Amino acid sequence: MSLPDYLLLMVGMGAVTYLPRFIPLALLSRRQLPRWLADWLDLVPAAILSSIIAPILFATEKTRTLDLGRKELLVAVPTLLFALKTRSLAGTVVVGMALYWLAGMIMG
Amino acid sequence: MAVLREGFGAAWPICMGFIPIGLSFGVLAQKAGLGPLQVLLMSTLVFAGGSQFIAVAMLGSGASLPAIVMTTFVVNLRHFLMGSALAVHLPRVNRWFLSLFAYGLTDESFAVNMARFRGEGWDRWRALTVNQITNATWIGSTVAGVYVGNLIPAGAFGIDYALTAMFICLFTFQLRERIHVLTAVVAALLSVTLFLVLPGNFYVIGASCGAATIGLLVKRLTKGRHHVPA
Repeated sequence: MSLPDYLLLMVGMGAVTYLPRFIPLALLSRRQLPRWLADWLDLVPAAILSSIIAPILFATEKTRTLDLGRKELLVAVPTLLFALKTRSLAGTVVVGMALYWLAGMIMG
Repeated sequence: MAVLREGFGAAWPICMGFIPIGLSFGVLAQKAGLGPLQVLLMSTLVFAGGSQFIAVAMLGSGASLPAIVMTTFVVNLRHFLMGSALAVHLPRVNRWFLSLFAYGLTDESFAVNMARFRGEGWDRWRALTVNQITNATWIGSTVAGVYVGNLIPAGAFGIDYALTAMFICLFTFQLRERIHVLTAVVAALLSVTLFLVLPGNFYVIGASCGAATIGLLVKRLTKGRHHVPA
């Protein structure tokens, strides 16, 4: 990718990252969202994170096929339990990485 | 000085999380052919961990610019809700402060600041300090990762799993009530199905919007029995 293309990409990514952060702050300092929208948005974070993680754990990316025996899924179980138990972001990342490394050495 | 000290006191757990993730990002970016300047640009202009990992992966697989920007938008749309929730704690604050504050709004700074705002002795300057310290930490670690990356062999230390582990942890933070768990399960089913049948990255926005809508309907139907809407 050329530098102008890369710059364009960065400005585009920056804009679509920044605007959803800024617009509600700027608009909603004194206003309230309609109830249904607030309720819907309240469910969006859980839905988005689940939508991102699930295919990584349950499917092979290259072939787009279902696979329930991946080490990504195997490692995710203790990682999820650790996260639920400790609620530590740093700890979960370190534990997840260590288990994945270990799984790689055992399973290849 | 008290503002800086207390801001740092609240920010350090986030920094603990950002340093290994930032280093991993630098490593992955370097392996994908990005240099320190490009990483610096991305971390400064974008400052969104998840989207940056996804963008590097998409760049590696030859995705188009609109596809990457669109995915970034979808992945970060959740901050709209966080900005809305934080706005309650920043009433009558001027635009330039809000524009600076918005720059450092992440899942992590949101979680920390919302918790602190509910207690005593927290104000917008301390909250801004948290945002900016974590931002600087992120930029520094991602650029450092590019250099450390030269010393680390591929797949070492399970670095490829850093993003997944981070998402798993952030995911658990979202499971506050049963309705969130239900929404997450629906999202996972929809997402895997869409991922298998459709090309591209539509599965994230498709499954998220679908699951949140189903969750909202379920919430309305089950609550309607007990409450008369205001």
